[in-house]
Amino acid sequence: MNRAPWLWAILFALWLVLSWHFTPLFLFFGVVTCSIAVLVVTRMGILDRESLPLHLAWRAATYVPWLVWEIFKSNVRVARIILSPRIRVDPSIVHFRASQRTDLGRFIYANSITLTPGTVTTGIVGDDFEVHAIVQEEIDGSEENIMNRRVAQLEGEAE
Amino acid sequence: MMGDIVNAVVWVLLIAGGFFMVTGSVGMVRLPDVFTRMHAAGMVDTMGAGLTLAGLCVYSLHDGTGLVAVRLVLVLAFLWFTSPIATHAVAKAALSGGTTPYTVRGAQAGAGKDARGGGAPDAARQAPADGERGVGDPS
Amino acid sequence: MFAVSAAAVLVCMVLAMLRAVLGPTAYDRVLALNNIGTKTVVLIAVLGFVNGRPDFLDLALAYALINFIGTIAVLKYIEYGDLGVSAPRETGTE
Repeated sequence: MNRAPWLWAILFALWLVLSWHFTPLFLFFGVVTCSIAVLVVTRMGILDRESLPLHLAWRAATYVPWLVWEIFKSNVRVARIILSPRIRVDPSIVHFRASQRTDLGRFIYANSITLTPGTVTTGIVGDDFEVHAIVQEEIDGSEENIMNRRVAQLEGEAE
Repeated sequence: MMGDIVNAVVWVLLIAGGFFMVTGSVGMVRLPDVFTRMHAAGMVDTMGAGLTLAGLCVYSLHDGTGLVAVRLVLVLAFLWFTSPIATHAVAKAALSGGTTPYTVRGAQAGAGKDARGGGAPDAARQAPADGERGVGDPS
Repeated sequence: MFAVSAAAVLVCMVLAMLRAVLGPTAYDRVLALNNIGTKTVVLIAVLGFVNGRPDFLDLALAYALINFIGTIAVLKYIEYGDLGVSAPRETGTE
């Protein structure tokens, strides 16, 4: 799949939304700017599956709402820890293996872990994740495993 | 009528966002060390900012300025893409800078209230006495 | 109603500022500064609605990006002692 036209379309849509001027002069500026940006990116050779993961777009439509709901639930749990009169934290650093096959999948998984309060990814070596949890239950529960499975699904069967 | 419902929804979203934001900020003051404070900071970045901006989004959608709603979604997307990376960068820098994470066992061992030291495997890496790391080169 | 929200954000900024002043390690301060930046983004957006001029949102958008880059730059400075391009390669990142 040729990604350059897609990138151009996305950039131009962003230009239109941010400027919202439809005079020929501004449209011309937009076309020139987006073309230069796409040209630079293609010449640098960084336009690939990782930088513009279009193949994830459809499956992300179900993943993102689920992630937001997870974030909400763990927010409530961390809020209960913080607002309890005596703070009872039991932080620990846990190592576990992730089942994603590509670097992009691991990146999405690590960022999802960090985005849910209560767990922060502190390091990745290969498929070994190092995660800091505010209480043991945040990481021992099956939730991270569900997230692991969902990110692996999001990643798809490509390659 | 419609306006009342929208107003109520906006109120609920703004108050919920404010609640999470205040709770996260209180957590940043109350929790014992950098790594636990990171989780509180995550609350402010995710639900605090998210619900507040969602409230503004609902208001502007009802107000007839849909373009503002699109921009709010863009702001939220930028925040949610960059916040985990910044948090991870702080965590990694703190670990490699020699800050030992707070643990319950380390605190019980009497390593002081802030409890860096004890519990974690590599307490020896904690070179500066206070855990304080000077900014810049000492030379 | 937006004024209430703006007041809440301001209270939160004071709390984060407290952590930035107290924070025993430099990382506490960086974390608090990053957090203040996030709250500034929300504050700019809310203030735009208080004044009835949502054009401020463009500033919030730019501030979100600047805040991220600033945090990374300060962290890099703390870790390597300078912002030179060659520093990470010489020191090694493990």
